[in-house]
Amino acid sequence: MQISFTLNGRPTTVEVEPATLVAELLREQLHLTGTHIGCDTSQCGACVVHLNGLPVKSCTLLAPALDGATLLTIEGLQGAPGSNQMHPMQEAFREHHGLQCGFCTPGMLMTAVALATEKPDLTEADVRHGLEGNICRCTGYQNIVVSVMAGAAAMNAAKGE
Amino acid sequence: MKPFAYHQPSQIPDAAKLLTSIEDSKLVAGGMTLIPTLKQRLANPPALVDLSKLGNLKGITDDGATITIGAMTPHAVVAASKLVQSKIPGLAVLASMIGDPAVRSRGTIGGSVANNDPAADYPAGVLGLGATIVTSTREIAADKFFLGLFETALEVSEIITAIRFPVPLKAGYAKFKAPASRYALVGVFVAKFADGVRVAVTGAGSGVFRVPPMEAALSGNFDPTAVAAIKIDTDGLTSDIHAEADYRAHLVTVMAKRAVDAALS
Repeated sequence: MQISFTLNGRPTTVEVEPATLVAELLREQLHLTGTHIGCDTSQCGACVVHLNGLPVKSCTLLAPALDGATLLTIEGLQGAPGSNQMHPMQEAFREHHGLQCGFCTPGMLMTAVALATEKPDLTEADVRHGLEGNICRCTGYQNIVVSVMAGAAAMNAAKGE
Repeated sequence: MKPFAYHQPSQIPDAAKLLTSIEDSKLVAGGMTLIPTLKQRLANPPALVDLSKLGNLKGITDDGATITIGAMTPHAVVAASKLVQSKIPGLAVLASMIGDPAVRSRGTIGGSVANNDPAADYPAGVLGLGATIVTSTREIAADKFFLGLFETALEVSEIITAIRFPVPLKAGYAKFKAPASRYALVGVFVAKFADGVRVAVTGAGSGVFRVPPMEAALSGNFDPTAVAAIKIDTDGLTSDIHAEADYRAHLVTVMAKRAVDAALS
């Protein structure tokens, strides 16, 4: 079947089998390998993308659900348009050492951006509860939480400018 | 996953017709249970019937003494609804505790209730509040809807369109979650109405059930102390890798106390 959607701001039309997962479509057909497949059972969150602005696990989403939708992947995350800068949340993860091996990081960032967008005045408890669906096997989460708090504050500051 | 045909009907009768005409075809709402099941090849339906293009299945309406939630309304929307938060806060809390944010973006109330997972949260809220399941052909009282492990009163071609909740005087939900899956090891929903109290338990057995002794005690005195000494029988409770039946029975009492506490706060 043919599906059309907006991918990181660009109109995209692809031919897919209905039994295609969005994570597979992104990585294998569209060669956007920033979206990672960790567990492939919707537990780990490495594959989180934004569907119509909401965080979803792309390993548990059928490609037909994209038809007519807007999809943002880690490749589409950026700072001020045209600035060639990282997104404030990415910058915060670098600054606060919010990763070690980096495998979970794309999903962490997508979930974190969604959390900060939904609730600008995030508390640490909100962040820990909000990251329940994202598993990191390296860091013990401490620096991830610190990074998300800092990234959310930076997103707020950028909004005020 | 094995290949399947994909249908996106725009009318409920068309969806019902597909379910009847294609043997073993399955409905897909948010897909939070069905897609993992397909990936593990525990189900190999020849066709999926996607409910997302049907109109009028999303949204929450205030009917005064009741609230009606469309079957395709995602958990995140119920959790964030000012209407649900003001009229049945315990139900908004329940929705906010399902899975994780990504699951709550996609998973729907209709899908959860139709699936009737023995450890799902919504069945406790639906049975605890004595809600009505509105389908494409009729209305079913919660007390007659849940028939045990993944079983409901739904016919093959019957589609849930909405759930109608009576607004209680007070209601609360408490769950002890399995840390990895975030499903309820035990979850208890309590609701106080003018004519009595209802208590529904999920996670403890093969399906959601009510606890009449707790309901009687709370109807006389709606306070956590009223249920503190009530122990439920371990017969029929689940024993598995996560917890033995006697531990689950203990948790029912503890979660019931916490749910009453939540309802009063």
